Amino acid sequence: MAKKSLLRRAGVLAATLATSLLVSAQAAEPIKIGSFLSVTGPASFLGDPELKTLEMYVEKINEEGGVLGRPLELIHYDDVGNASNARNFAGRLIRSDRVDIIVGGSTTGATMAAVPLVEQARIPFISLAGAVTIVDPVKEWVFKVPQSDRMAAERILWDMRRRGFDKIGLISGTGGFGASGRQQTLAVASEYGIEVVADETYGPSDSDMTAQLTNIRNTDGVDAILNFGFGQGPAIVTKNYAALDINLPFYQSHGVASDAFLDLAGDAAEGLRLPASPILIPSSLPDDDPQREVVQSYAQEYRDHWGTRVSTFGGYAYDGLMLAVQAIEAAGSTDKAAVRDELENILGYVGVTGIFNMAPDDHNGLTPESFRILEVKDGDWMLVE
Amino acid sequence: MFSEFLQYLFTGITIGATYALVALGFTIIYNASHVINFAQGEFLMIGGMGTVAFMGLGIPMFFAIILAVLLACLVGIALQRLAIAPAKNADVVTLIIITIGASIFIRGIAQVVWGKDYHVVPPFSGDEPIRLGGAVLNSQSLWVLGIGAVLVIALILFFTRTLIGRAILGTSMNKLAAQLVGVKTQMVLMLAFGLSALLGSVAGVTVAPITFTAYDIGILLALKGFVAAAMGGLGSGLGAVVGGILLGVVEAMTAGYISSEYKDAVAFSMILLVLFFMPRGLFGGRTVERV
Amino acid sequence: MFDRFLEWRMNYVLVLAIIVFVIPLLMENPFYFDLATQILIIAATVVGLNLLVGYAGQISLGHAGFYGMGAYFSAVATSAYNWPPLLALIVAAAVVGLVAWVVGRPILKLKGHYLSMATLAVGFIIAIIINNESQLTGGPDGMVVPPFSLFGWELSTFGLYSLLGLEIPGHVAWYLVAGVLLLVAVIIAQNLIDSPLGRALRSIHGSEIAARTVGVDTARYKSMVFVISAVYASIMGSVFAHFTGFITPAIAGFDYSIVLITMVVLGGMASPMGVILGAVVLKLLPQFLAGFQEYETAIFGFILMATMIFMPKGFYPTAMNAIRNKLGKSSGGKA
Repeated sequence: MAKKSLLRRAGVLAATLATSLLVSAQAAEPIKIGSFLSVTGPASFLGDPELKTLEMYVEKINEEGGVLGRPLELIHYDDVGNASNARNFAGRLIRSDRVDIIVGGSTTGATMAAVPLVEQARIPFISLAGAVTIVDPVKEWVFKVPQSDRMAAERILWDMRRRGFDKIGLISGTGGFGASGRQQTLAVASEYGIEVVADETYGPSDSDMTAQLTNIRNTDGVDAILNFGFGQGPAIVTKNYAALDINLPFYQSHGVASDAFLDLAGDAAEGLRLPASPILIPSSLPDDDPQREVVQSYAQEYRDHWGTRVSTFGGYAYDGLMLAVQAIEAAGSTDKAAVRDELENILGYVGVTGIFNMAPDDHNGLTPESFRILEVKDGDWMLVE
Repeated sequence: MFSEFLQYLFTGITIGATYALVALGFTIIYNASHVINFAQGEFLMIGGMGTVAFMGLGIPMFFAIILAVLLACLVGIALQRLAIAPAKNADVVTLIIITIGASIFIRGIAQVVWGKDYHVVPPFSGDEPIRLGGAVLNSQSLWVLGIGAVLVIALILFFTRTLIGRAILGTSMNKLAAQLVGVKTQMVLMLAFGLSALLGSVAGVTVAPITFTAYDIGILLALKGFVAAAMGGLGSGLGAVVGGILLGVVEAMTAGYISSEYKDAVAFSMILLVLFFMPRGLFGGRTVERV
Repeated sequence: MFDRFLEWRMNYVLVLAIIVFVIPLLMENPFYFDLATQILIIAATVVGLNLLVGYAGQISLGHAGFYGMGAYFSAVATSAYNWPPLLALIVAAAVVGLVAWVVGRPILKLKGHYLSMATLAVGFIIAIIINNESQLTGGPDGMVVPPFSLFGWELSTFGLYSLLGLEIPGHVAWYLVAGVLLLVAVIIAQNLIDSPLGRALRSIHGSEIAARTVGVDTARYKSMVFVISAVYASIMGSVFAHFTGFITPAIAGFDYSIVLITMVVLGGMASPMGVILGAVVLKLLPQFLAGFQEYETAIFGFILMATMIFMPKGFYPTAMNAIRNKLGKSSGGKA
């Protein structure tokens, strides 16, 4: 017991010292931005560009004088795509690192695992993951950048309807992204007068999806095929699809909206369509496109800094960080409740992903129209009008 | 109707040939030491990623493959020398954890050196699929099957006809007796790991045009390979191939006729059934238990 | 006096109890309590797994399946069907025990790697079902689990409770509950080890044929211990689900099975303190390595490999041997 009180006293002493130091350094005390991302593991193609983007822009903002005269400090952890790691790191960010805001969560599982902690601790959290469950129902402290998978499904179905298709075959991955995308597609298809007549899935380690595609091809009356999934799976589906000579229009989801997909799928991707952020086509955006400038400068800066081409996913991190910065500036402090309120008030922020109009009942702020329908032509993305 | 069946069969054979080739890699080390090498998948990864990396340096594909295979052999020998040999008296489960640690370590290094992206390895003989009776077959599958067949025959000959092969088998059956007749058991084990790495990396580069390759491809491929090897009977080359192809065909048929969602569950249930009736797999040896 | 303490077979339980209940006095940050609670829960799970692996010598590569089954049974029963959590936990344990008994009979006839293979397959099938039945389980993105409650009294990490006049925040309360659970788990395990069942198991580990020849009903004992270790996993899975409030199918997956068995082997098989230490190390290591960024995976693999090479018996037995040797030398060889 004597030992304990000694420890306590030492602790109090250290705390007093620290406080007095802090007071003198108040002006330069950094704003702490916490992040947990899937930098390695099966979702690394999301987390890797996201982290690179965050690092690069935190550095850039600091060079330009920081936010509210204070520098930004990025504290990030790699959750390896595992939800329970994500939960633990979110706890560490909130309770140990005491960050002011969290921008992260590459996957829906990682995001949702952190949500209970975030809600209890009452700290603003901007998620970079896709599923609609993150913001529907609305959670007080949780916001998200990417268009939801429901919007992707709606956009795809809208384009299918436009081309006069009414029966489609669906093939999806059994991972979180594919499974949620499948659910949303099945849920909204009827609103577009489209019937899903074949419904197949594949596992994350599958190396050939010919059997599933054969089933879809042999289903009566299929007009088009949609693949919802991410990682290398959709590239294999695309190759198998080409090998089978299925002459039906083929759609992918925004899960493959990166140049890496084109490299993997090669010629087989020719002619397929998908919904994507304008980030994939910075140079072919029309002059009057409001996003043209922000998209082009992000694409340019990312390439100059890292030597690789941008992906949609890095763009989520860009928008997440900028939304956070804008809210903190508007709040004039890092007071968590004030920042949260300002996040909810953001109107007309023009980002890489789309134009955000947040509202108390909409913590995403995007519309399905922020997705552009792209088609692969001559090994590159092309905007479909 | 028939073309549908044929397509599922072809798909099953393509997937199964991949599993079979991976399963073969487990055979040699198992025969020499009764260790299941959970780092076997990393040999496959080195085969695929090494080829991509060496081709990236401008080396022609054929030589890039040879370099990648050599690299894998070196890693295999190092694994035996530095990790398995020092723990020779350890429990089976301890050895399993050592190989798991090694696999995580190798994967971690590969991720730092080669990055995290997926890469394409060009098919050995063009992208054009083969059409037969209304079904299509990937031409690379034939390569996988052919190389698999050659490796099985080579393995059988190696274990029955060559002195080294017999020494390896002898070492696994009775280490002490093998030592008494002058077999340098550590040397034999080192050789077994080197050979297994060779087999694994050849398999890795052969299946890479179908599966793509990345630093973590080993985890995905090795697990099914282990399953195939166990179903066929550990240590049997023929068993590895039959087990692999059977597994692939069952998966494809289930996906085709029953449910793609539950195809892995059906495959795993089948393995349980096989083991219930044939506790040493389809072609496993009927060795007598020693007290 | 001290000698008698050393000879007392339960002495380590007392040591463990002291460690478990002194630690909260040294910690303040809720994050550390959160981690520590998870460690206690997982440690109790591996104490159960250790009965199977360490004492009976049967390697299971699918144990996370039972853990996940318990967790999901509790999660679904309490959220979708409004069962009281304690009832859900008990029924889950019974169901998991029954499943383990049904699959255990044929599986445990298998030897060595074939047994591992079969347990792996069982674990996979459970994980696939959890992953696919998304209308119940939320699928791969996981599901929210209500907090644990008993007769209207709710245990949440964010609550505030009073015990004997002391104010205890929720995260400390959870820690204490998990600590008591671990101690109970260890005491039950130790009693099993010292029972005829334990002796039979050790004889099976030594040589199954020899055990059978002297009349040990090996099949019965093996399936008993298989069921017991599965029930341990199920109960702790349920507890974990209520504690974290959110679970994904990853906790039933193959990777997690490997984590569990690694904890057993790393710390020291056939030693409750050893496997608990294994759980502590394996759970804390990623937190320490988080700063190494892209080198994290390689360093983790290296540590795992090196530990098993240089301490093939695991941390705890190696350390205890070293201590005993030291003591033995200083007291003139009387150890």
